[in-house]
Amino acid sequence: MSLASALKTGDLTELPSRRDEDWRWTDLRGLIRTLPPLSPKFEGDIGVGPFAADETLTLVNGQGAIDLTLAAGETRVISMRLISATAATAHAGRVRITVGEGARLTLLESHEGLGEGYLSEIALDIHLASDAVVERIVLASDAPEAVSVVDAEVALSAGARFAQTLLTSGARRQRIETRVDHPGAHADLRLDGIYLLDTQRHADLTSQVTHAGVDGTTSQLTKGMVADQARGVFQGRIIVQPGADQTDARMGHHALILSDKAEVDAKPELLIFADDVSCAHGNTIGALDEQAIFYARQRGIPEMEARAMLTEAFVGEVVERIEHEPAREVARAWVAQRLGRSNI
Amino acid sequence: MLNIQNLHARVEDKAILKGVTLDVPAGEVHAIMGPNGAGKSTLSYVLTGRGGYEVTEGSAGLNGEDLLALDANERAAKGLFLSFQYPLEIPGVPALTFIRTALNAQRRARGEDEIAAPAFLKLAKEKAASLKIDFEMLKRGLNVGFSGGEKKRMEIFQMAMLSPKFLILDETDSGLDIDALKIVSEGVNALRSPERGMLVITHYQRLLDYIKPDRVHVLAAGRIVASGGPELALQLEAEGYDKYASAAA
Repeated sequence: MSLASALKTGDLTELPSRRDEDWRWTDLRGLIRTLPPLSPKFEGDIGVGPFAADETLTLVNGQGAIDLTLAAGETRVISMRLISATAATAHAGRVRITVGEGARLTLLESHEGLGEGYLSEIALDIHLASDAVVERIVLASDAPEAVSVVDAEVALSAGARFAQTLLTSGARRQRIETRVDHPGAHADLRLDGIYLLDTQRHADLTSQVTHAGVDGTTSQLTKGMVADQARGVFQGRIIVQPGADQTDARMGHHALILSDKAEVDAKPELLIFADDVSCAHGNTIGALDEQAIFYARQRGIPEMEARAMLTEAFVGEVVERIEHEPAREVARAWVAQRLGRSNI
Repeated sequence: MLNIQNLHARVEDKAILKGVTLDVPAGEVHAIMGPNGAGKSTLSYVLTGRGGYEVTEGSAGLNGEDLLALDANERAAKGLFLSFQYPLEIPGVPALTFIRTALNAQRRARGEDEIAAPAFLKLAKEKAASLKIDFEMLKRGLNVGFSGGEKKRMEIFQMAMLSPKFLILDETDSGLDIDALKIVSEGVNALRSPERGMLVITHYQRLLDYIKPDRVHVLAAGRIVASGGPELALQLEAEGYDKYASAAA
């Protein structure tokens, strides 16, 4: 049951709907009444992407597939551009990434909507051999009327480290899902995200981490802002299987709601079946502090600028956790640009 | 400089200010003293444009400019500065960033050029040193985790950086030990000038030993019920506010 299988079979009942517990806030079946034609091969100009890197891999309209392997000990910084170029068409694309023992990959992944109103699903399989290190930064810039699903399966080996930061401005419906098989064994996971949503945009950041062995750590921090009639969804599930002792897992989700008609749905879940673990989650949803806004205005800062400044500071904590410095700069600029344009 | 005429204000249905009339000429420091609940903080908020207060009658002007017609940030750009009784913590916004944003917003509003980064840093280093503020502290989130005394010193630092025309100090002495009180008062006194006016709101006379007022006013039940020279503050300290509470009622 997925967008990709519906595209393959042409069967609308294959679309996830609110009857599926994990999709109840991101209903695709209720939204998509007919399937558009499949996206054509695209030959036009795709411009430059948001990230600069020595190597760039590009997948346009889901055509072809990306298969990337890093040999043991290799270090690479790669920009991966996943582009939806044609309006009112649909496509599904696949990416497979294998990172060898002790190799290091910085993956600068951009989802770029050049066309309007497309349907896109990108499925990623990411495998980290022992002691491999991956930092994945995802900048999702979908078109406002697009339906977009990004679905990543991540498998860690002993001693591996996977760090991820999602940056999204949403779409008509957008789901960015990450599932991680965590073997414990000193493997380390960071899963972060920022959503900044206005107008009628929707973004769903869903994750599931399964700790299967002793001695694993997970740190998760997602922050978001919703304005106008936007809707943010956060679903975070951490499963600690029997025997996965000494697991240390922390999950935080914090959201600002800046309008009466905006909505945030959050579902943090810790399912713990082991005894000797340290797990915690925190979830807060609130508004900007009006007293702080008056304080800033009394110093001469106009109200809109004060609101943007406080929101930027709120999500800044997540930006600062990005390790790759040029990507951190891109993230900072993205936040500033989103808040400048956003009607808050 | 500051001219307040028959100012009435309320919060929801509760009248707090019931006809305040006050003139503070340029170059003078006036103190407003009064019991709790007299409307001292309300006066500072109404003058600076905080939401939630409704002015029902009267006027307030700064150098002939109608303050009540301006937004809070426009009033700041005209040179009105309030040192808060409880300065806010702004996590994630370094003090330097906050002040530079404020300074440039004010300069833009006045049609002036923004200040360049090197000039701003030089000024900040100078002012921080004179207030004995560790420069590293200015790189941390504004007021986050600061002690009461540090927050008040940061208010004076902002004042020195923004160089306002008229200062309102709301209970600046609260939460200060004697050493902090001296530093803060020296900072305020350094800003006294023939072009600048100040309104010092305080419950206790102590602060006025350090910041010497030209005039002292007693605010009780929403009105100025007595005015005099600095000796009035000493008299209040000795006698308390009781007789004014009954006079106002």
